[in-house]
Amino acid sequence: MTVPPRPGRVIPVLSHGFLAGWALLTTLPLLWAVLSSFKTDNEILTDPWGLPSRPRPENWARAWDDAHIGRYFLNSAIVVTGALTLTMILGAMAAYVLARYRFPGRRIVHLAFTGGMMFPVFLALVPLFFVVRDLGLLGTLPGLILVYAAYSLPFTVFFLTAFFRTLPATVAEAAMVDGCGDYRLFFRVMLPMARPGLVSVAIFTFLFQWNQYVLPIVLMQGEGAERRWVLAQGLTALAVNEGYRGDYSGLFAGMTIAMLPVLLGYVAFHRQVQSGLAAGNLH
Amino acid sequence: MRGKRLFVATFLGPPLLLYGVFVLSPYAQAFPIAATDWRGLTPQYDFVGLANVRRLAGDGLFWNALGHNALLLLLLPPATILLGLFLASMLSVGGRRDRAGVHGVRGAALYRIVYFFPQVLSVAVIGVLWKQIYAPTSGLLNGVLRAVGLDALARPWLGDPRFSFWCVALVLLWSNAGFYVVLFGAAMQAIPRDIYEAALLDGATRATTLFRVTVPLLWDTVQVAWVYLAIVAIDAFAVVQIITDGGPGFSSDVAGLRLYKTAFADAQFGYASTMGVAMFFLTLSVAALFLRVTRRDRPET
Repeated sequence: MTVPPRPGRVIPVLSHGFLAGWALLTTLPLLWAVLSSFKTDNEILTDPWGLPSRPRPENWARAWDDAHIGRYFLNSAIVVTGALTLTMILGAMAAYVLARYRFPGRRIVHLAFTGGMMFPVFLALVPLFFVVRDLGLLGTLPGLILVYAAYSLPFTVFFLTAFFRTLPATVAEAAMVDGCGDYRLFFRVMLPMARPGLVSVAIFTFLFQWNQYVLPIVLMQGEGAERRWVLAQGLTALAVNEGYRGDYSGLFAGMTIAMLPVLLGYVAFHRQVQSGLAAGNLH
Repeated sequence: MRGKRLFVATFLGPPLLLYGVFVLSPYAQAFPIAATDWRGLTPQYDFVGLANVRRLAGDGLFWNALGHNALLLLLLPPATILLGLFLASMLSVGGRRDRAGVHGVRGAALYRIVYFFPQVLSVAVIGVLWKQIYAPTSGLLNGVLRAVGLDALARPWLGDPRFSFWCVALVLLWSNAGFYVVLFGAAMQAIPRDIYEAALLDGATRATTLFRVTVPLLWDTVQVAWVYLAIVAIDAFAVVQIITDGGPGFSSDVAGLRLYKTAFADAQFGYASTMGVAMFFLTLSVAALFLRVTRRDRPET
């Protein structure tokens, strides 16, 4: 009697092989950066693979203070906090009336907002530079906050409009019968009901704003603007400068400081991120 | 009724004002600026009509850059989507098979978390990191090659015009693929399990199931993915600027970088806007063409 083939065994092993392979490709570069941030320049140059002979936390201190990564980090935090707050307030307001009120021009306004998702930012780069300069906002944090918020609106309005449409009309009607005005209805009833949608959109908007590169390098120019650079900009400048100075360990430390908080935050919130992705998929 | 009007106006006014000033007006202004020889230092400029367009048509450097975008547009979406579908289906149906049907692999949740990592990293971190990975002596890539005895393959990757563009293209694949594994995975979980069980009873293999059942049911998601990736391919600015700055020579240049340098290094704002407008229409045509091609073979559901 022959042993029947066991097809159920081969494929799981193969799948694990491929899946683990890609997981390795994803994590190896990140681990390498973290590891290198604890090595000396000499160890990095002579043995890119090896472990540090002893950890050098002073690399991190040098990157944070001397290379100003700490200051850039703070600037990024200020800009994203301001821009995210502004985006969520303005985006929710616009999406709410677009989803639940009928008025002339509604379709045009909706199209104008959502159409902004289609085009790469840099098509508007030259005029944007002059708009911001003429408003006296070039190289300032408030300028960057306003621009980030404006360019986040298409995504926010698109998803929140779809979300507000799914909320049951009966609750709003009941509140209106009870004498609840439009403003109270929005702030007391609709916003709390829209919480799950708001959280998902806020997470993706945060990633969009935290990871911006083109907008800051164009808009944070001019006298003294280096003091107000954001992390993305500071890190690439560091990569160029450290290359000349040969401070590779400082560069890897700066890189690690820039990526660890976001990675840890993602691991903590991964459920919301992935369910937001699944929800966005339905529309 | 007047109260309602006022409410709509107060809620729509502020967001529209912000959006109009910083998004809509720059897009609109790009068109008139594109027809000038404006150099930005003085407010004076002359309208030069279509002279910028003629100059663009004969600009070898721009066409070289645009050629690299075209190559990315052809290769990046299919490569990323195929890899995404492959890994996502491994996650959802790559596990053991028994009477109850096909199972997902163990540890699928952990894989999903890890695959999403590049998506949450800023493009600056990705660019700076990969520039170090490709570095000739201290880089991870050459380090790995030497460690496994393939010293002959180690080379200055970014310094060689034959490889620089492909190095950047691989970074784009690396940084995007994981997102689509998770996206397709989420869409696959929404497919009812009994469809798979029915296919299984009919004797379908996993490969047949993937291409005949899963992909058609996922078609809307695949289409969205294609559009997103096309936008990445037409842009590609940040990764190229950080890793190679378009070099060596112009071997990895892309249109966005050409525009950026024309505007902010050479101060030829009029001509840079012409590039922007050209790419605006290009993006529009690619999107229209794509939607027309894919609409026809959409399955009836």
